[in-house]
Amino acid sequence: MNSILVYIEINESGRVADVSLELCSKGRRLADRLGGELEAIVAGNNVADLEQQLYPYGVDTILYANDPRLSPYRTLPHFSIVDGIIRERQPEVVLYGATSVGRDLAPRIASHLRCGLTADCTALEIGDHTDLKTGKEYHDILYQIRPAFGGNIVATIVSPETRPQMATVREGVMRKEIIDSNRKGKLISLDASKYLRAEDECLKVISRQIDPQGVDIKGASIIVAGGYGMGSKENFDMLYKFANMIGGEVGASRAAIDAGFCSNDRQIGQTGVTVRPKLYIACGISGAVQHRVGMEQSGQIISINTDPDAPINSIADYTIIGDVCEIIPRLMNAYQSCKK
Amino acid sequence: MSIKIVVLAKQVPDTRNVGPEAMTPEGTINRSALPAVYNPEDLNALEMALQVKEQMPCSTVTVVTMGPPRAEEIIREAIYRGADDGFVLSDRRFAGADTLATSYAISCAVKKLGHVDLVFGGRQAIDGDTAQVGPQVAEKMDIPQITYAEELLGVSDKCIRIKRRISSGTEVVEAPLPVLVTVCGSAPRPRFRHAHLVLKNRHLEIPVWTADDVNPEFDRLGLSGSPTKVKNVDSVVLTQKDNIRVENTQEALNSLISNLVTNHIIG
Repeated sequence: MNSILVYIEINESGRVADVSLELCSKGRRLADRLGGELEAIVAGNNVADLEQQLYPYGVDTILYANDPRLSPYRTLPHFSIVDGIIRERQPEVVLYGATSVGRDLAPRIASHLRCGLTADCTALEIGDHTDLKTGKEYHDILYQIRPAFGGNIVATIVSPETRPQMATVREGVMRKEIIDSNRKGKLISLDASKYLRAEDECLKVISRQIDPQGVDIKGASIIVAGGYGMGSKENFDMLYKFANMIGGEVGASRAAIDAGFCSNDRQIGQTGVTVRPKLYIACGISGAVQHRVGMEQSGQIISINTDPDAPINSIADYTIIGDVCEIIPRLMNAYQSCKK
Repeated sequence: MSIKIVVLAKQVPDTRNVGPEAMTPEGTINRSALPAVYNPEDLNALEMALQVKEQMPCSTVTVVTMGPPRAEEIIREAIYRGADDGFVLSDRRFAGADTLATSYAISCAVKKLGHVDLVFGGRQAIDGDTAQVGPQVAEKMDIPQITYAEELLGVSDKCIRIKRRISSGTEVVEAPLPVLVTVCGSAPRPRFRHAHLVLKNRHLEIPVWTADDVNPEFDRLGLSGSPTKVKNVDSVVLTQKDNIRVENTQEALNSLISNLVTNHIIG
């Protein structure tokens, strides 16, 4: 079987999560490349409009386990279903969203199946591989590409010997693409009881608190992002005023969040969100590759930095060298006089 | 009431402070130029374990790490903060392990300790951010897992209640022991060292366990036990875009902004 399997996550409103649709879009391309099918596994309880939601993104087969024990998500019931399905259907590749669900489930499955799993991939490709030690050749395997080690390198990881080849991908990294809104596939209903074990029920969810929808930096057309170079939380707070004035949202690099300048729901980069705004203004951000992978597809990039050699400058359209605390007020003045 | 608690820990290069000296001219990593630190979320995990011990004072907290012999530094640190004991799993045969082979080696070591009620670990390590080893150790021990723990709400010798962070908010879960818990950085801050524990334990010998001590299947260790292989590593080459240098003067910035407004990039 050359099939690709995507683990579908259902969000709090009972819809398929964006990250899962993004993975279906990517999975469709990988499946075409391998000449195989794209399958989607859904473990949930009375999910509405599943077929209408998934087929347009290129899914050939939906494997649907519908059972009250499967919602809300708990590790072991989902583990037993997905693990069982992988054993039955032997996909070449399994993809998960790098969410609190995917990052909980995927490693447990990889451990049980003793297969490879690469976290937070920023690109997935199909290619050949020759093992340098044994000289053995492998055709059409999954390249799992991710930045590593402080962002100074990009590593291509392969799992040549074991199947399936598994990877997690953050939300927003892959593009969501409707192939054909009238596309049809088939749905196979799974009997959850066939897979679930009595001990899967041992953990109880006592209560759940869903946060009100927070900031949506992914949807913003202008992002003003601050890094460690902002120097202090007070300086960082200036960015909200500026962003507000020009109709943008505030983002942050991981260094700024680690320094306590900003909450982590605004984090942009490999371990945060990936954004593609029309305009990205990087303030005091040096531009390690983990940050760049999360913003380099922005339409226009302005970099404000004291360091003329900061890596961010090389992907910026405009660079302003100097003290960000002096430049932001000047930009605000410029905007105000322009609007008059 | 008393229970047996194991805390997993990792000594990591401090990737939060990577300077230019961390890379060699050939684009490889100069590990010796990076300070080695106690992985931050592993300290949050230690803190939660010590909170459990406060509620059941006869419990024991044992810290386990895998790494080079110098990783004993973090075992010592954990003991200074209140752990009872710990050891380093160190052997060349562990080298080159990915998360699967790492979790296998650690689970062999934990099994060697006999019956364990609670295992704590950080959600992820800052040198890889994979968050895989915790769930993989839980699977290998065949016990349930609670990931992304943020607060200990209650514990007995039968079960534990935890508030955990999920993508859409938080949830409270309860699981029977034994269970493995991974702890987030948003959990309570780790306590500091106790002076009397430092004085008492500064000459303590930290045991080192080799592969032979944990009865593994040797082909599941290290490089040979790792399904993922690094095919190649590219140092990041930046391709220069057409970059316009804008002078830091009000006049130059005015023209930049008016340009962006004219082109409808700013509304």
